[in-house]
Amino acid sequence: MTRSSKSLSRRTVLKSGVALTSMLAAPGLLRAEPAPVKVGLLQPISGAFALDGDLAKIGAEFAVKEINDAGGIKALGGAKLDLVVGDSRSNAEAGAQATEELQSAGVAAVLGGFASGIALTATQAAARYDLPFVVDCAVADTITERGLKNTFRFNPNFSMATAVALKNLVKLNDDAGKPVKTVAIVHEDGLFGSGLAKIMQEKLPPLGFQIVETIAHPTPARDMTNVVLRLRALNPDLIVPSHYFNEFVLMARTLQQQRVRAKGIYAVFGGAASSYRFVNEFPEAAQGVMDCNHWGDPKSPITAKLRETVTAAGKFYAYNTPINYSLVKVFAQAVEKAGSADRAKIIEALAANEFDSGIMPYGKTKFDAKGQNSSALPLNTQVQGKDIKVIYPAEYADAKPVFPING
Amino acid sequence: MYSPQIVVEALLNGLMLGAIYALIALGLTLIYGVLHIVNFAHGALLTVAMFMVWLACARFGLDPYLAILFVAPAMFALGYALQRFIIGPASHGKDNGILLVTLGLSIIIENALLAAFQSDTRTITTDYSFRVVELGPLLLSFPRVVGFGVTIATTLLLWLVLHQTDIGKAIRAVAKEKLGASLVGISVPHVYAMTFAIGCACLAVAAGLLMPSFYVSPKTGAAFVLVAFTIVVLGGMGSIPGALIGGLLIGVVEAASSLFLGDSLGQIGIFLIFIVTLLVRPTGLFGARA
Repeated sequence: MTRSSKSLSRRTVLKSGVALTSMLAAPGLLRAEPAPVKVGLLQPISGAFALDGDLAKIGAEFAVKEINDAGGIKALGGAKLDLVVGDSRSNAEAGAQATEELQSAGVAAVLGGFASGIALTATQAAARYDLPFVVDCAVADTITERGLKNTFRFNPNFSMATAVALKNLVKLNDDAGKPVKTVAIVHEDGLFGSGLAKIMQEKLPPLGFQIVETIAHPTPARDMTNVVLRLRALNPDLIVPSHYFNEFVLMARTLQQQRVRAKGIYAVFGGAASSYRFVNEFPEAAQGVMDCNHWGDPKSPITAKLRETVTAAGKFYAYNTPINYSLVKVFAQAVEKAGSADRAKIIEALAANEFDSGIMPYGKTKFDAKGQNSSALPLNTQVQGKDIKVIYPAEYADAKPVFPING
Repeated sequence: MYSPQIVVEALLNGLMLGAIYALIALGLTLIYGVLHIVNFAHGALLTVAMFMVWLACARFGLDPYLAILFVAPAMFALGYALQRFIIGPASHGKDNGILLVTLGLSIIIENALLAAFQSDTRTITTDYSFRVVELGPLLLSFPRVVGFGVTIATTLLLWLVLHQTDIGKAIRAVAKEKLGASLVGISVPHVYAMTFAIGCACLAVAAGLLMPSFYVSPKTGAAFVLVAFTIVVLGGMGSIPGALIGGLLIGVVEAASSLFLGDSLGQIGIFLIFIVTLLVRPTGLFGARA
């Protein structure tokens, strides 16, 4: 028979009694712990973008834990960060609502936003309360063009990203001996795809590329065969697609089926080359596909850790995790510099200082007069084997581009 | 301009995709023809069937075409139960009540799927997903060719059921004269539920045919249901040959217009042919004359 605690000794009872009384009698000790700093994370936890929200949350939680384990916010006597998650339910209206909820929960700032439509309404809602808002991935230029004092964007905007994408495309082509002369643009016909197509149509011809066709398609698309048949007839050297995941899957699979083999597929904000899910499920169709997108520094050891955390949870790693991890880091630095969790002081600190960019390849983050991080940079990725490699710029690259992919 | 080979391929592809549209529209038109319900939950039920097929493949390693044999009875049972225990009683016999119930049902189903599967996109890869049938110089997608054949067979089967079996005759009797049918002893609620069930079983077949080359996420059904509604009206509401011919026609028109006008603008073709047909024949291609 094992010894049980059926009879508590008098000494034990006394000891615990004393301990309990002293705890109750000394609330001053508890008061010494500084109040935690509440930080809001606005992400689509449900709805069409739920997967993105989930991955973003993993990144933010990881950073909060890291900061708290290292002693919290030093300027506030070791105050811990307390992450409050708001669900934008993948739509703009609910995004504004969730921001209101975060406001009533008493957060010091809101981080995230994810999609442009959601970030636009959410930052506007936060502006009413002078609540600092740092955007994670939304690219619409207008987000920082409205003169909102509370709004900052950590990631590159649309114009910055396309400029980088075009510059790297020229380099890629030049380095390979200019195999690409003709380009076909395939895009979804919403704000994102048509905006991108318009920029490409303007900028590609002066760079020496001939655009043979611009093909728009609706989202959701039921079928991509006709798009692919047109591509087969035109036989362009390069395909530049910009659409969402499902349409990319459909197109890539149909390209494979119809035996259309361009010399390259070069996507901007989309495509298989920033989705491990696609690489895992359709390794053949994904081979060699390039993308220019938000992407964490592959050389940082924290990137590897985050990736492990995500895959251990049975999920596919994507850029949402490193970018939200880094966002929390920037916020913590801003609070340190402000020396206060006061909103106005945080806004002031965000506007006036430089920050380490976590594991994003941004060098020093510095928000310009409009609140845009002027050093934000997308990376060029390519699916090589079963992995996604960074091919440009050189300082972050962990592989050389394979180009052209089909002779 | 495009080579004849590309044009022919696009048109054949449209015809085969149209067959699957037709199959989806078939259930919708049958339910309308008998129950006079515009079933707003049709898209959501298609998504349910697609998830069932996906589960059968992912969990039990079943081929998607074989999975139809299991998913069709399951969808049949689900359809029967939905009509018998939810849609029928909850609508209190009023038309606008039924509209609201099916609309509400679609919202509930979509959100339940979202809760269960998240917004994740799921696909099935079989060794024939990318296979092509080479017809001379033409490359035709193997899953589409199978889809075309199975749709024609399913339509024939449905026609036989409606004309040769007792339940088929009862369904047609209720569709024509509800009161008369009930007076001769036909249980109208049972016939209604059977019709709804058959409509759902058609969706199971469509789901099995789509999955080898398509994806499923909680909102996938919406991509097909609008075109299915168009086909039902185009073919003549309640008409089975109308749904089949209408579906094939829409598929071909969509393919031709999207090849020549672009995919975005190509959708206009569907609505143009729809409007023109209704101007010439307001009851649809095979609709009963008023």
